[in-house]
Amino acid sequence: MTDQSRIRNFSIIAHIDHGKSTLADRLLEMTGAVSERDMREQLLDTMDLERERGITIKAQTVRLSHVAKDDEEYTLNLIDTPGHVDFSYEVSRSLAACEGALLLIDAVQGVQAQTLANAYLAVDAGLEVILAVNKIDLPAADPEGAAQEIISILGGSADDVVRISAKTGEGVARLIERLVEDVPSPEGDPDAPLRALVFDSYFDAYRGVVCYVRVVDGHLSSGQRLRFMATGEVHDADEIGVLTPDAQPVGTLGPGEVGYLITGVKEIDRIKVGDTISDSHTTASEALARYQEPKPMVFSGMFPTDGDDFENLREALEKLRLNDASLTWEPETSKALGFGFRCGFLGLLHMEIVRERLEREYNLDLVATAPSVAYRVTMPGGDVIELKSPQDLPDSTARESISEPYVRAMILTPTEYVGPIMELVTSRRGEVGNMNYLSPERVELDYELPLGEVVFDFFDHLKSRTKGYASLDYEPADYRESDLVKVDILLNGQAVDAFSSIVHRDKAFDYGKMMTSRLRGLIPRQLFDVPIQAAIGGQIISRETVRAKRKDVIAKCYGGDVSRKKKLLQRQKEGKKRMKMVGSVEVPQEAFVAALRIDDDS
Amino acid sequence: MSLDVDAFADAAGAYVHIPFCSQVCPYCDFAVVAGADDMAGRYVAAVVTEIKSTGSWRPLDAVYFGGGTPSHIDPGLLGRILETLKSVHGLSVDAEVSLEANPEDFDSARASSLRSLGFNRVSFGAQSFDPGVLGSLGRRHGPDQIGASVNAARSAGFENVSLDLIFGTPGETDVSWMDTIRGAIDADPNHVSCYSLTVERGTPLGRAVADGAIAPDPDVQADRYESADAALAAAGFERYEVSNWSKPGFECQYNLTVWAQGEYEAYGNGAHRFRRGARSRNIRRLDAYMETVERGEQPVAGSDPITGWDLELDRMFVGLRMKQGIVLGSGGQTFLESDDGRRLVDAGVVATSGDRLRVTNPLLTDEANRVVLGLGEPNSWK
Repeated sequence: MTDQSRIRNFSIIAHIDHGKSTLADRLLEMTGAVSERDMREQLLDTMDLERERGITIKAQTVRLSHVAKDDEEYTLNLIDTPGHVDFSYEVSRSLAACEGALLLIDAVQGVQAQTLANAYLAVDAGLEVILAVNKIDLPAADPEGAAQEIISILGGSADDVVRISAKTGEGVARLIERLVEDVPSPEGDPDAPLRALVFDSYFDAYRGVVCYVRVVDGHLSSGQRLRFMATGEVHDADEIGVLTPDAQPVGTLGPGEVGYLITGVKEIDRIKVGDTISDSHTTASEALARYQEPKPMVFSGMFPTDGDDFENLREALEKLRLNDASLTWEPETSKALGFGFRCGFLGLLHMEIVRERLEREYNLDLVATAPSVAYRVTMPGGDVIELKSPQDLPDSTARESISEPYVRAMILTPTEYVGPIMELVTSRRGEVGNMNYLSPERVELDYELPLGEVVFDFFDHLKSRTKGYASLDYEPADYRESDLVKVDILLNGQAVDAFSSIVHRDKAFDYGKMMTSRLRGLIPRQLFDVPIQAAIGGQIISRETVRAKRKDVIAKCYGGDVSRKKKLLQRQKEGKKRMKMVGSVEVPQEAFVAALRIDDDS
Repeated sequence: MSLDVDAFADAAGAYVHIPFCSQVCPYCDFAVVAGADDMAGRYVAAVVTEIKSTGSWRPLDAVYFGGGTPSHIDPGLLGRILETLKSVHGLSVDAEVSLEANPEDFDSARASSLRSLGFNRVSFGAQSFDPGVLGSLGRRHGPDQIGASVNAARSAGFENVSLDLIFGTPGETDVSWMDTIRGAIDADPNHVSCYSLTVERGTPLGRAVADGAIAPDPDVQADRYESADAALAAAGFERYEVSNWSKPGFECQYNLTVWAQGEYEAYGNGAHRFRRGARSRNIRRLDAYMETVERGEQPVAGSDPITGWDLELDRMFVGLRMKQGIVLGSGGQTFLESDDGRRLVDAGVVATSGDRLRVTNPLLTDEANRVVLGLGEPNSWK
């Protein structure tokens, strides 16, 4: 146990690629937690995908020891946070375990929207924020500009901004000193009943669920019988310990300390991140923070290309959920795509990561339908139902109204792109809000717009209109009633459920036209004309036709060609196996993927 | 029907490959060689050796010299091969002895000597009567030479003359194609083959198209095919296979043997045969072929055994190219009972008449043949 006065709990907040993991590595190295020999780059990012994409999905935590200038030994608990907006709930849980946050800004790229969003979370949580500009070793670095930008937003003096290079280690020693000096020590009540926050958890195949915890008041001891206040579950503390970064069991964690807890629970659902742990007998009267179930914002159907993989997909989802309690799904049946799952995600990146992991780690070939959001439909009796799939939308006569989720979006951009961004946002039914200049060259734009418009290739368009310079972050705002309609796509007169989409009435025509013309290029010619129609209810709004195939024959087939021609047709036949029969129309698997791809030009 | 295609299942054929050409056409993907005429003597000696070494079979009903350009080399060399075939296997009475020829090679002297050596059918690579199309196909003859060469053949006593035509070449128009058909009819051949221009990988045409050159349009080719069929029918030519039309009685006997799944031998580099329950092929490279034969070895490069159910599917695969189609048999029954087969019957691509299964829309023959290749062996099949 460490005395609270010598504990510093902090997180690092940074945009993707701004050097958070590199800094974490340097901290581990400079405090002697990991020898240089054992150092592998980005030690804290353990998942392959995290390494590849340079982003952190699951928070990690590590305990560092540091002898400061005053010759006292301090315990520094680094609680890593996911950098992306999709995981803001996880970020907020991690921040709740800290007293301080280190805001890292890239000296070349400057402040980015996600950094800012997370910095606001830290400020709102009452954390001491230490500002640092990273990558000062790069030739294109502008540490002064980056420092000016951040203080114009968060206040303070440019002199207080630490200049570092996580790569070379320059300035990092000074940064550690600042952590010790500026981050407040925890002030828990050692004599109060135990209150500890579960700020993360993961599933270990051998140990079951491992919780990351921050003790706030009282003591957490090995063998103690614990009550999880939100769920009411009671479990014994089989093992508690600290991460250095290797797990080291300890007998007791005192107030202000950070560590792990193993209870023998095997099902990740039974432990909720954000829950408060207390003693089962002397239970604290009040939990630390209101526990909040992470809410999926984006939904997509996931279907195995090969119908036989349905059970494998279910198993894979169950395994993923062991480490990702925010992933939700329910079985879904599509006439076009067969059996699959309607999955709920925190956001688009979350969706992409899950899909990529399913395909890569579980070797599944998937077709994913276009992402949609959770619409709320008011029924004639006043009942409100939540819609996860466009297919479930009741007929216009059987509903009163539809409302859709809006988000508050923050875009940081060089000023020259303000025009194109406004144009984009307006075309996506957005409402223009504040404009704050961070510097003469950079501006923060605030908008409110429907989430349904954001999930549909908004980010790609933002990037292309700003040459990649703009960054985006958003948070849920509210639900608003909109004039929404369901656009169905019919192949040969039959609606294909996988292509149905809910869009604003003003955009239905363009959407229908885009889908029909895209599909016309994707569906091969058949033995008969195939009409492709877009329809709202019974009204056809767009039509294209794939003309019947007229010629499919090898011109010459003589004695010398028979074997070769047979093999050629055999190969073509193999290609046909990847077709799905939709009614009487053969649709290649690729057509589903390509038609539903949202990053296509439209 | 006067033509009994099924009888050709019992015929014996032989193919002889002559790879030499004056130049290689940009669309051609056969085993051919240009500028190697000085090797013709050595090559023919190798072919003769190959014929002798494979031993005697049975009298041949149809012999076909293809290429390359058989007419490009000394007729005497072709005669040596034909003599060897006669002495090793024998020729049936009225055997068809065909050779392929280019109009520009075929003067009266050559025609007479080929006829006297025993060739009785000549198939000209006419391709087009449109000079622009002939140019883009890399052909060296003009439209006028086609008629002249047919006349030369007639004068020399060839009573069976065929013209090959290619349609759908970019640059060809509906009008120029109809002019070509009319030109062909006016030349008064007994037989016409019309092929849609096919872009093969690895050819100069294939590379040009891959680099963005205009590819033949399948819909345009379908139009041209249909207009050709109508014009040829009006002139008394009846279609008997996907790409072949003839006056009654002038169907190509050698090719009918192939489509009726009759057996045929094959000699020369890259040549394919169907014998003894297998389709096998010779070494394609000219020098490797010759060296192998000269070492006293068989120049066979590979062989696909075709027996049991595969043999039945093979019968359908080749037979469905013929207008008369095939005797239904176990394969035909299985086809009709399959989902895909029924779909094609419903779509009017395939039909039965009496005990036969036929492709009624020849332009969609491969739709049917892909289904054929996927038919599983029924329980009733022994």
